[in-house]
Amino acid sequence: MSDDHRLRVALAQMAPALGDRQRNLEAHRGWIGKAKATGAQLLVFPELSLTGYFLKDLVPEVAITRDGPEMQELASLSGDLDLVVGAVLEEPDHRYFNASVYLSRGELRHIHRKVYLPTYGMFDEQRYLASGDRFRSFPTGYGRAGILICEDIWHLSTAYILSLQGVDLIICPSASPGRGVSTDERLGTAESYALLCRTYAQFFTTFFLYCNRVGYEDGANFWGGSMIIGPNGDLIQQEEDADEALVTATLNLGDVRHERLSNPLLRDEKLELTINELRRVWHERTREPY
Amino acid sequence: MSVPANRTERAEFLPLAINPALVERILLGFIQDEVRKVGFQRVVIGLSGGVDSSLAATLAARALGPSNVKGLLMPYRLSDPRSQSDAEAVVRQLGIEHELIDISPQIDAYFARYPDAEQARRGNKMARERMTILYDHSWGWQALVLGTSNKTELLLGYGTIYGDMASAVNPIGDLYKTQVWQLSDALGVPTAIVQKAPSADLWAGQTDEVELGFQYREVDRLLYYLIERRYSIAELEREGFARPFIDVVMGKVRDSQYKRRLPVIAKLSSRTIDRDFRYPRDWGH
Repeated sequence: MSDDHRLRVALAQMAPALGDRQRNLEAHRGWIGKAKATGAQLLVFPELSLTGYFLKDLVPEVAITRDGPEMQELASLSGDLDLVVGAVLEEPDHRYFNASVYLSRGELRHIHRKVYLPTYGMFDEQRYLASGDRFRSFPTGYGRAGILICEDIWHLSTAYILSLQGVDLIICPSASPGRGVSTDERLGTAESYALLCRTYAQFFTTFFLYCNRVGYEDGANFWGGSMIIGPNGDLIQQEEDADEALVTATLNLGDVRHERLSNPLLRDEKLELTINELRRVWHERTREPY
Repeated sequence: MSVPANRTERAEFLPLAINPALVERILLGFIQDEVRKVGFQRVVIGLSGGVDSSLAATLAARALGPSNVKGLLMPYRLSDPRSQSDAEAVVRQLGIEHELIDISPQIDAYFARYPDAEQARRGNKMARERMTILYDHSWGWQALVLGTSNKTELLLGYGTIYGDMASAVNPIGDLYKTQVWQLSDALGVPTAIVQKAPSADLWAGQTDEVELGFQYREVDRLLYYLIERRYSIAELEREGFARPFIDVVMGKVRDSQYKRRLPVIAKLSSRTIDRDFRYPRDWGH
């Protein structure tokens, strides 16, 4: 990758309709048109952008399959604009996953199945969904990428694992409901996500794209605040409001190299030591018979 | 902005202090979204002259426009006359639609059969009579009924089930009473309304705080630690709350749980409504 390699990214901070896949597909077409008009090469949609979030028993009704016509139709929308789309994915064994798919040039290139399904407080994902079992990076035309969905990033190991695979870019589609009002100007959740995303970008020296949805479902508000962050942790672009918006920026992909030269954290990371220590912790935690 | 000393004191508990601009933005969006996406443009709301309904009406007028909000003033002949004049002040300030419906004839006609009925029974009947009028206007004016119950009274069960607790959309049900005061003050609800002693106005001179036996300022502080922070009884006592006060409040929360749920259904099938037949309210919206 040359130093002047540039990527025009766009985040579709949208409000999907709950349980209406057809309407959302039409909305996706609209956002794709808008993104193309800005010259975007990569467009990220939020978590479950095709279905809405608090689906409950609607999960099987709105699911699509990897080889089904809906996936082909989505892939066909990608053309020369790479897409990250959120959907409920039904596997042949009839497990349902909260997934984000990477589509490029008419083809499905990668699937991330959400691993950490929040099931506490206002969340109930494990009641309806199966948990993914891997964090894999994948090549794109714009460097190595990895996808983490919303709650995934609340577990520090997820971005660490992607980082050690040498990703240039972490993409985080999200459906984060706002909560925690105080005297602050922003919601508690918004502060936490900003802290997390910027920390990952800076300490794993990668670009970080956070695309959160907006709108309301059953009284819960989604706070938007989508962010594009550089590998030094600086905010390149942020949508402050909770309105629908296309958030765009042009990334200099060479900044990953620049940052890792001045701040060689990845070079100095001790993978084997980490594995050995984790294995030791695992043995200590499991050696008791009960 | 002039804030009366007693209300300032009530707002002093920092963990429940809110940023009014942020809360207003979320609640206006909530009203617009939850009303319009199910095909409505309007709301109808019972205006008592108290701070809760005044705040809910203010939010609705800002969210939907004054011409899409109708306030119903539904006094009984023993209601404090000031309740009506305060409600009228809110109507004038907001420029919303309104209608005055005296519920005395229908209440008195009914209780002619039960002349010995006690105050609380009469109060519940009045609350439900107002509810049926609101829902009648919901049909007649093609409007959703806007709820006016705050979090403190919902938690304490200090409301009439299927009466004032009934609504389609409630913008203030996650705000404690002291937060209702803060937001009302910031949004310009008339100071006299924010300042006056809260009352269900079921009989002359009634006030919530006398009837409940404690002040909203005290109980909101306790509810913050009990509900939001999930403190144990021992931790609450260490925080300075007296055990009898803790017991009374916990008892009210526990004993009113039924009011916050749909009627319990005897389970027979494998998919019983609201137990294992679970769909979002905003299904398809």
